[in-house]
Amino acid sequence: MTEMALGKAINAGLRRAMEGDAKVLVMGEDVGKLGGVFRVTDGLQKDFGEDRVIDTPLAESGIIGTAVGLALRGYRPVCEIQFDGFVFPGYDQIVSQVAKMHFRSAGRLRVPIVIRIPFGGGIGAVEHHSESPEGYFVHTPGLKVVAVSNPLDAYWMIQQAIALDDPVLFFEPKRRYWDKAEVDEDGSPALPLAAARVVQAGTDATVVAYGPMVRTCLDAAAAAAEEGQSLEVIDLRSLSPLDMPVLHDSVRKTGRCVVVHEAQRTLGVGGEIAARVTEECFYSLEAPVLRVTGYDTPYPPSRVEEEYLPDLDRVLDGVDRVLAF
Amino acid sequence: MTVETDATPPAGSPAHDEHELVQLLTPEGERIPNPEYEPLIADVTEDHVRGFYRDLVLARRVDTEAVALQRHGELGLWASLLGQEAAQVGSGRALRPQDHVFPTYREHGVAWCRGVDPGLLLGLFRGVDQGSWDPRENNFHLYTIVIGAQTLHATGYAMGVQRDGAVGTGDPDRDAAVIAYFGDGATSQGDVNEAFIWAAVTNAPVVFFCQNNQWAISEPLERQTRIPLYKRAAGFGFPGIRVDGNDVLACLAVTRAALHRAREGEGPTLVEAYTYRMGAHTTTDDPTRYRLAADLEHWKLKDPIERVKAYLTRTGGADHEFFESVEAEAEDLAEHLRTYCRELPDPLPTSIFDHVFVEPTPALLEQRDEMAAYLASFVTEEAHR
Repeated sequence: MTEMALGKAINAGLRRAMEGDAKVLVMGEDVGKLGGVFRVTDGLQKDFGEDRVIDTPLAESGIIGTAVGLALRGYRPVCEIQFDGFVFPGYDQIVSQVAKMHFRSAGRLRVPIVIRIPFGGGIGAVEHHSESPEGYFVHTPGLKVVAVSNPLDAYWMIQQAIALDDPVLFFEPKRRYWDKAEVDEDGSPALPLAAARVVQAGTDATVVAYGPMVRTCLDAAAAAAEEGQSLEVIDLRSLSPLDMPVLHDSVRKTGRCVVVHEAQRTLGVGGEIAARVTEECFYSLEAPVLRVTGYDTPYPPSRVEEEYLPDLDRVLDGVDRVLAF
Repeated sequence: MTVETDATPPAGSPAHDEHELVQLLTPEGERIPNPEYEPLIADVTEDHVRGFYRDLVLARRVDTEAVALQRHGELGLWASLLGQEAAQVGSGRALRPQDHVFPTYREHGVAWCRGVDPGLLLGLFRGVDQGSWDPRENNFHLYTIVIGAQTLHATGYAMGVQRDGAVGTGDPDRDAAVIAYFGDGATSQGDVNEAFIWAAVTNAPVVFFCQNNQWAISEPLERQTRIPLYKRAAGFGFPGIRVDGNDVLACLAVTRAALHRAREGEGPTLVEAYTYRMGAHTTTDDPTRYRLAADLEHWKLKDPIERVKAYLTRTGGADHEFFESVEAEAEDLAEHLRTYCRELPDPLPTSIFDHVFVEPTPALLEQRDEMAAYLASFVTEEAHR
């Protein structure tokens, strides 16, 4: 067991994947000598060389588009998009090419690409550096989308994503990069990549979160416990596909569900979960499924981001509202 | 050496105003001496030229037959290569088996040279699939419709070739190059410019083969560029060359040179094959709305097939019997296409779920079952009637 920060755990996972498979490449802006702006790829170029850890030109469509070609040639590229808001120049290649290649080739071609994206706010950044664009990719058939919340998952999930033959959007909660936990590098992953996890069992309401909001929700559950409320917190881990059986079991037990994410509310992951829980657990629900999310505005200037982002109090407010039914 | 020829368009536009292009065979079928590029096709015999003639005629026949199939309602759409046969056959015949091709949706002549059954090209345009050939069998990637996107795929693939150690070894069976096809319109796309940058800084073994057919649907070359397209390469740091795109021998020679450079590890080249889209953009387009019939007549005089026929006739390299036999072969190919097209089965509705993922998701399998049950409900209703 080693105590590791989340960013360091991804680094260790990348290293292990690269050691295990010579076809695994890391590519992106500043991922080489600098080790990435968050140092997630620190030391990899030194150990694996410039052919496997590629400092690319500064163009996201080029990063994704050349990764497609490398994948077609048999490589397994792990692309870093430097910040969430910079994925959009590569959006066309992701949505029109990466997501559809297997389908349109009738299964003949595979593009096992991982696209790592540090996402979310809470670090006082300037615009375009705090966004949560995961919904666009969840909406896109052909992509798998995961979001990690803690170092142990980060270590294993990056390796599972790289091993998968489908393309994966891998969202990393940038404000949690420095969160530390024990990581057992010799063990094996506790769950398949697409599985959700009940991180805290409870009976009164289900709180569903992913990425940076998992810790917020655990803090909220601890505060609620002091008030005598028992919250069940679920870390989705995988946003596409969704692990519905875990949600079914929880909601059928609690009868109440709150979905929490930083991303804007409309047509977000929360909306999809609300729809599916309502369709599939209708007779178990005691209250409408509520969403506690960012507001439907562009990500605001950082001096007001605390009011924009869901925090412990807003999560508890949402819980109070579902419990009031 | 380059020559001034009447393939050069009228002056007046900066994009066209360039009197240098490589030509080895005039529209009248006369060979032009060229010390730089002639040696690259020194091995080309009359037999080879007859082979190119056959390729050109059959590629055109595939095209005219597909247009006819669209007119008869058998295809939803077709993108015609009419006029661009020499650019495609010349470059296609320059490739080695281990080279890899990334086409647009108009490279039917290149597909022919790669040994892809032309019938397989029809599925996409009939609406029964999105590319039914196996790109790994002929090293011919699926057609790409998003303009220019494939140039990045080609460049990335070439970076993979580099990493596989298949560049600059001197082994003619091992060293490989990648060729990306695109048009004049695509040169305005960010992806194409990013591909140029990537290829330049990584020295990737890729040839950028631009068929400048002068029209991006209704927009003439002047809407895309103020300078001749091949000159753009200089700004990216690799050679660019303009070739007469209606001259199969010149396209062969120039592409061979560019592929050779790539395989040797000397990096990318931009080839601008200067040609003309003699047909519509696709079967839904109406070029009479935006261009003059006189232009088309001008380019008909430079037809890529007629000049090879004139050459073979002039040299005695082919006789009437040969030309007749190619025509007969074209008839057979057309019949094959008609039959193949009409027999193409519609896909099973539930097959749309088959390859969304390598590892299917539970939600998708549920949707497949939902669709199957819904469709089956009609069968049951019929039975009860």
